Amino acid sequence: MATLWQFTLFLCMLLMACGGLSLASEEAKTRNTQTETGTASSSNTTGEGGHGGPPITTLPIVTWKWDHISVQYLVALWVLVCWLCKLLIEANHNVTNYIPESALLICSGFILGGMIWGADKVQTFSLSPTVFFYFLLPQIILDSGYHMPNKLFFTNLGAILIHAVIGTCWNAASLGLSLWGCHMGGAMGDLDIGLLQYLLFGSLMAAVDPVAVLAVFDQVHVNEVLFIIVFGESLLNDGVTVVLFNVFDAFVSLGGGRINAAEIIKGIVSFFVVAFGGSLVGIAFGILISLLTRCTKNIQIIEPGFIFVMGYLSYLTAEMLSLSAILSTTFCGVLCQKYVRANMDESSVQTVKYAMKVFANGSETIIFVFLGISAIDKVIWVWNTGFILLTVFFVFVYRFIGVFFLQWILNRYRLVPVELIDMVIMSYGGLRGAVAYGLAVLLDEKKIKEKNLMICTTLIVVYFTVILQGITMKPLVMWLKVKRAAVTEVSLLEKITNKMFNHTLVAIEDISGQIGDNYFRSKWRHFEEKWMTPFLMKPSARKKQDDVFDVFHQLNLKDAMEYVTEGERRGSLEFVRNDSAILDFKKKLESEYTEVMPDIPPYMINDHGAMFTMGRDHIPSVSLEMHEQTMKAMRGAEAVDVHHLLDQHLYKSRKQYRHGFSRSDFKINRDEKEVQEIFQRTMRNRLESFKSAKMGVSPPKTIVKYSKKEQQEKTPNGKSVSKTKLCHSGDEDFEFSEGDSASGYDSSYPSFSMRATYRPGGGIENPAFVPDLYPTDLLQEIPPWLAESEPDSSMVAPSLRAQANLPNSPMEMRRLGLLRASTRSTDTKQMNNDQLPPPPTSPPPPPPPSGQM
Amino acid sequence: MGSSSSSRNKIPNAQELMRQTGFSSAHLLRLHDRFESLDRDNRGYLSPDDFEALGGLAMNPIGGRIIEAFFSSGQDTVDFSSFVRILAHFRPTDRNRNKEGTQQELPSSRTRKLKFAFQLYDLDRDGKISREELLQVLRAMLGLQVTEEQLQSIAERAIQEADLDKDDAISFDEFKKSLEKMDIDTKMSVSFLK
Repeated sequence: MATLWQFTLFLCMLLMACGGLSLASEEAKTRNTQTETGTASSSNTTGEGGHGGPPITTLPIVTWKWDHISVQYLVALWVLVCWLCKLLIEANHNVTNYIPESALLICSGFILGGMIWGADKVQTFSLSPTVFFYFLLPQIILDSGYHMPNKLFFTNLGAILIHAVIGTCWNAASLGLSLWGCHMGGAMGDLDIGLLQYLLFGSLMAAVDPVAVLAVFDQVHVNEVLFIIVFGESLLNDGVTVVLFNVFDAFVSLGGGRINAAEIIKGIVSFFVVAFGGSLVGIAFGILISLLTRCTKNIQIIEPGFIFVMGYLSYLTAEMLSLSAILSTTFCGVLCQKYVRANMDESSVQTVKYAMKVFANGSETIIFVFLGISAIDKVIWVWNTGFILLTVFFVFVYRFIGVFFLQWILNRYRLVPVELIDMVIMSYGGLRGAVAYGLAVLLDEKKIKEKNLMICTTLIVVYFTVILQGITMKPLVMWLKVKRAAVTEVSLLEKITNKMFNHTLVAIEDISGQIGDNYFRSKWRHFEEKWMTPFLMKPSARKKQDDVFDVFHQLNLKDAMEYVTEGERRGSLEFVRNDSAILDFKKKLESEYTEVMPDIPPYMINDHGAMFTMGRDHIPSVSLEMHEQTMKAMRGAEAVDVHHLLDQHLYKSRKQYRHGFSRSDFKINRDEKEVQEIFQRTMRNRLESFKSAKMGVSPPKTIVKYSKKEQQEKTPNGKSVSKTKLCHSGDEDFEFSEGDSASGYDSSYPSFSMRATYRPGGGIENPAFVPDLYPTDLLQEIPPWLAESEPDSSMVAPSLRAQANLPNSPMEMRRLGLLRASTRSTDTKQMNNDQLPPPPTSPPPPPPPSGQM
Repeated sequence: MGSSSSSRNKIPNAQELMRQTGFSSAHLLRLHDRFESLDRDNRGYLSPDDFEALGGLAMNPIGGRIIEAFFSSGQDTVDFSSFVRILAHFRPTDRNRNKEGTQQELPSSRTRKLKFAFQLYDLDRDGKISREELLQVLRAMLGLQVTEEQLQSIAERAIQEADLDKDDAISFDEFKKSLEKMDIDTKMSVSFLK
């Protein structure tokens, strides 16, 4: 024991002694490839420190192994600290209403940096280009690409490209030349910077930063055209800047004397190769992702991972080929989003969405905090008033000039010109950020003597734009009365009309003989439909492609949610006191039955849904259907909320038992016909509730209790579950015999538990609150028999009998609509629920390795 | 496109048209060329057949409706001035012009654009979009994968959303109201070449 103590103590001492050294070395390790030699030796020493303690004489039970994990530990700790900063900042809405979060994060970075400085007296941690470009930036870019509003982006692609390419070149050239001019004029005193260095500096300052822009504009909600132009520009111009930077970097290395026309032409050629090559790599990877997700049906658990891995690979591949990695990842995301969303399972899509937000938001936070921390360093603060102030001034002014000039030209070709105040905001939104800083740190000190001055100036420009412009952005937007983004509620009519407008415009262009945007758009759509979609999309997924249908689907999902929420609000008693609980109970009995008499069910269930319904009371099958559909409903945007809510209230023990069962089977049932089913479900709910109202059934509570108890009894019984599953899929096959191999109805084990858990959700309507929504004459018009036969018909063969029934059905559908109208009142509640913190279920992904920390 | 023989003189009451539609004379000239190239027999008017001869329109799911929109009820010909007046709906709305206080509303105004869209739905021109009419549009635009049943419910739902006075149809006012947030100006405008 004594040895152990000694050992630990020794290690502690060692740690304290070389703490600074080791930290510095780790930081340097990731920081700069150029200093690798020095780093290697120092990390060796620390490594020896970890292993080469006194020879052990006895087996240590516990040892202190800081050096084993120090890097990982520090990385994790820094991630935690950064996120805690965000937590603290976001806790106070009074402040974030006025000051954008990014600015506050930088400020908290100052504080943290100050603390480190106070402790170490040197700068131990800073944002290194390697960490930034390889570990923090990719996920942000991927996220922006993947969540890019495609239509908006491509509609404005012309403007975006002009701003991104010409605007950035203009910024770089004008800044470089002006600074050089001022230098010649003697405004900066004695500086060792030549024209090429100035241009290099200009090129690294030129790019508007997507991270900063997104952080600020996210909170301001300007109109979408304005947003997409600024944001798209900031994304695409990074490619341009990196190219410009590399070209000028090479020129600086070559030296002024060796640059001739050929070199300049090579520079221009490399610009195009890098930009287009990067985009092509991205497109290739986008296609690869789409193809991959076509066949991940059987490994749905790790399906979302492909998007991230491939996205990252697209970044690295482009980087490897020295093409523009940012452009590559952007286009990869833009291209694959549509197909990925259609191909993957809905819950995987949600996972990708959330995980991407976690990664992107997380690393954005880290970037801003470290932008602040990096400032606390004596070495880089080389003050030169003329240089710094002039840079800030030129950056600001030339941005305005560039944007106004380009947009003025562009406006002549725009259908709806961008207004003057929008241009002001566009110019004002030219925030510089971490990309500029990363590039500045990359500068070679041997070639550029004033590197530290440049870093310092870059930091000041970044602070000026992000903090000052960021803070004033919102008041400015208010003051100028910039058109804000409307809060859009999806409306079917709007969507239909929108679609109709598209067709109309194409037709009008045809008639009037124009070849315009709409012409190309329709040609592209044809091309996509004919070649790309069949190739990249699962056959089963293509149906969902339709906009109108999609909106319809979402509205229905929302209804179902509201329905459940409303039921929850009404309290648990009313939940169970209605028909479906009984039905459910019967259903339960039945599956018990099937267990007892195993001979009967297969033929009854597997062969014929019809037989099933005919042979038995059809009520159970109704309830079965309903549950299935209820589960579908859970998969919507707000799925997690309801899920969470229900989990908290109902049958918790069962659910946990089920879910802990297997690592891979956490999915609930799925099939791609959910839209149809949800429709049926909503309708059937109405019918059920109508029936209960009509008959005034108020089931005895004993039954309910029984069903609950029984459920619990059956939990561990795998057999009965599989039976249920059987009949489940039997119905399914019959009902949708479309022969889609991809439909993959893998009703899995836990699905049952979900259904059981969800049961009360299915029966939330109750005589107390639903029927009074309709006028009584409606009730009169539908006899109970109709109400009963309807569900069963649609359950058996919706496409035949339900259609035949349709002449009768407007009445039901009308009531369906009424329901929607009536649930409006609960919207606010629903909204509140929406804002609940997202999924407790989605595991926080491992933090991005952030190097030196 | 079309012959270059036409000049401003050939266009009947050009000034009047320009004032009514807001097209510039360059626009009118161009459209007149187009009109003549559509009018293959040089009759001075267009018939539905002339439109149908356009390849693009045949592929357009609502091409028939748009052709219909060019022909006011009962007529099966359209002359140049009506042709231009219809097309004028698709000019981008100009903001300055309205401020100048032109006495009559240009066809490119928001309301007129909406009215045009409304008429595309409203087949029987009774001032209301009934469920059946909406269903027909949907049927044309949604393709075969969507079942009739789903179409029905989509139509039903769309009507419910917009129908404020619960008469089971969408009147123009209701239509206008439900598309309030929509950026009609961008979505119903074509950039006419000069």
